[in-house]
Amino acid sequence: MSARENILKRIRAANGKTAPASVQEREAVVARLRAHARGPLPSMNWDPLPRFKERCIVMMSTVDQIGSRAQLPQAIASYLRENSLPARGVCWPEFADLDWSAAGLEFQSRPSNGDDKVGVTGTYCAIAENGTLMLLSGENTHATTSLLPETHIAVVPASRVVRAMEDGWDLLRREHGDLPRQVNFVSGPSRTADIEMTLVMGVHGPYRVHVIVVDA
Amino acid sequence: MQITSQDFKRVSSLKLTDPQLQKAMGNAKGKLVVTRARSILELDNFEDIREAAARIRDFGLQHMDVLLEEWERNATAAGTIVHWVESPQDVNAKVIEIARNHGVRKIIKSKSMLGEETNLNHALEDAGLDVRETDLGEYIIQQSGETPSHIIAPAVHKSKEDVADLFAEKHGRRRLTDIAALTHEAREILRPHFLDADMGISGANFIVAETGSTMIVTNEGNGRMTTTMPRVHVAITGIEKIIPTLEDVSMILRLLTRSATGQSISNYLSFTTGPKRDADKDGPGEFHVIIVDAGRTRILGSEMREALRCIRCGACMNHCPVYQNIGGHAYGWVYPGPIGSILTPSFIGLENAIDLPNAATLCNQCGVVCPVKIPLPDLMRKLREKQVERGLRPWTERLGLRLWAWAATRPAIYSLLTRIGARIGKIAGGSDGVLHKLPPGGAGWTSGRDFPAPKGKTFRELYARRPVAGKGAKS
Repeated sequence: MSARENILKRIRAANGKTAPASVQEREAVVARLRAHARGPLPSMNWDPLPRFKERCIVMMSTVDQIGSRAQLPQAIASYLRENSLPARGVCWPEFADLDWSAAGLEFQSRPSNGDDKVGVTGTYCAIAENGTLMLLSGENTHATTSLLPETHIAVVPASRVVRAMEDGWDLLRREHGDLPRQVNFVSGPSRTADIEMTLVMGVHGPYRVHVIVVDA
Repeated sequence: MQITSQDFKRVSSLKLTDPQLQKAMGNAKGKLVVTRARSILELDNFEDIREAAARIRDFGLQHMDVLLEEWERNATAAGTIVHWVESPQDVNAKVIEIARNHGVRKIIKSKSMLGEETNLNHALEDAGLDVRETDLGEYIIQQSGETPSHIIAPAVHKSKEDVADLFAEKHGRRRLTDIAALTHEAREILRPHFLDADMGISGANFIVAETGSTMIVTNEGNGRMTTTMPRVHVAITGIEKIIPTLEDVSMILRLLTRSATGQSISNYLSFTTGPKRDADKDGPGEFHVIIVDAGRTRILGSEMREALRCIRCGACMNHCPVYQNIGGHAYGWVYPGPIGSILTPSFIGLENAIDLPNAATLCNQCGVVCPVKIPLPDLMRKLREKQVERGLRPWTERLGLRLWAWAATRPAIYSLLTRIGARIGKIAGGSDGVLHKLPPGGAGWTSGRDFPAPKGKTFRELYARRPVAGKGAKS
């Protein structure tokens, strides 16, 4: 018998079953999976957008808010200038149309190869509870852009801020059905406390995460 | 991992007098207790979530066969290649087989406690593969040839000076002592390996039946690198990691990160479902998941079943007065602390870890903080009972208890013996009324403190002479 059959058989025996699950048990379990019932949620007596911005700061991201998408290059240029960061990097294709050069910036629409210092991404949705960005892998949403550069700038439409992770999953099921290869929930810059329990930012992922909320 | 649990008593004594370890443990213990306590206050229904989490873990154990089959069906539909293996050796053999099939030379690894169980790194190195741990703590202990002393903070026993010496030697660079500088040095050293490794190996915090996903929780970003950059990704996971739905995972994560590090959320929660899609520009071309038993079904069918609820947060060890003082290495295998005192005997045999269930005061701090309500002290007590039933305790202890039982069931003899003992004790205590050294059998107790000497009368004598209401004290 295969390892698979041996293991399943031992699981059943440990649970006092002598045969594969009955049709009733199987249907009950599958029904439980399809119901997507939520467990007990903590109270969420707050408005999502202000909560999101506040929690981003708690998670050590920085936050900016602008009126429209067209203002992005200027907002990014000021952030990079104020923090003495390079005026170039990579962005997701959705931002290729922006007038970067007018703001004195050079952003290429391609995945990061590891040499880029700044990566600009969009966000599938943002989660207010803990200041989290929900990012999906995909053809035009390169995972490397939010991972390899030292600085990650994430653009969040104000209309895409939901309360809890559970709301993010609902949105994803409604809009996409299946899951992409990877869903990443990112809350602030990469960090560790592996040496003497001392917190250090920027281990393998970005040193800094800058969130720009766009109203329209 | 080499098993040294049999040496628990000897090693824990050494650890208690190791100044460096004592400094590191003293530094760590307050922090994690306080950060957890603060962060759970953010949840106004913490106990409700905890109860629900325990029920979901039990549901996972009860319907594990059906859930794993559902998981497999969904994972396969997403293009994941699923392997089932029964023993630790088979895990290593399967990983090596996948590596060989893909002409792999360099492997990057994100931490996996299961990999520690199977001694995976050694097996890979023996097979001629270059494997690098990438979690900073795991990287440090791999470089120094040690094993983790904590499940989420593997290098908690090391000081920054230890790391400074290690990095200067291994990296051949100038010795740095600033913690941020050391961390960034590790980043610089590891970055090229992330970019040119052929294969990534990760564990899984959970596997999700509904979607066929594996998920990992990290802070450093090495987990994302490992699961995205190399052309082949292999995840290894125990069968008990099964969780029904994404909603269930979301709920349990509220407890996991707070219980582990006191964070409201970890920086990166990564859910992986299958390999790179056709149009994707990044991600591995092949994604393998190895589903592992390696002793888990035996625990499932035993009285230790509830230990399989464990979500590996480390809260029980962070709060354990024994762990806080001796660190993780004394436990002698992969899992230290209270959960280790249950899992280690369950995985490697009670006779090979005889002292672990006794390495606890049964104060129940662990039971109180466990996010999935594992009754840790009860399980330790059951293991102690088993030791006695199976005659595994040392003959001196068994003989002593038998003699005590003989006397204790004969009141006249018991009374006589205790009266003699109390009087000898009073004399031995001398003018300061303390014993500086107990006879063999109790000598360890007085190696660091005095024992208050008996005052000459037994409890029963004093009780008989107590003042009774309405009457004067008998003289």
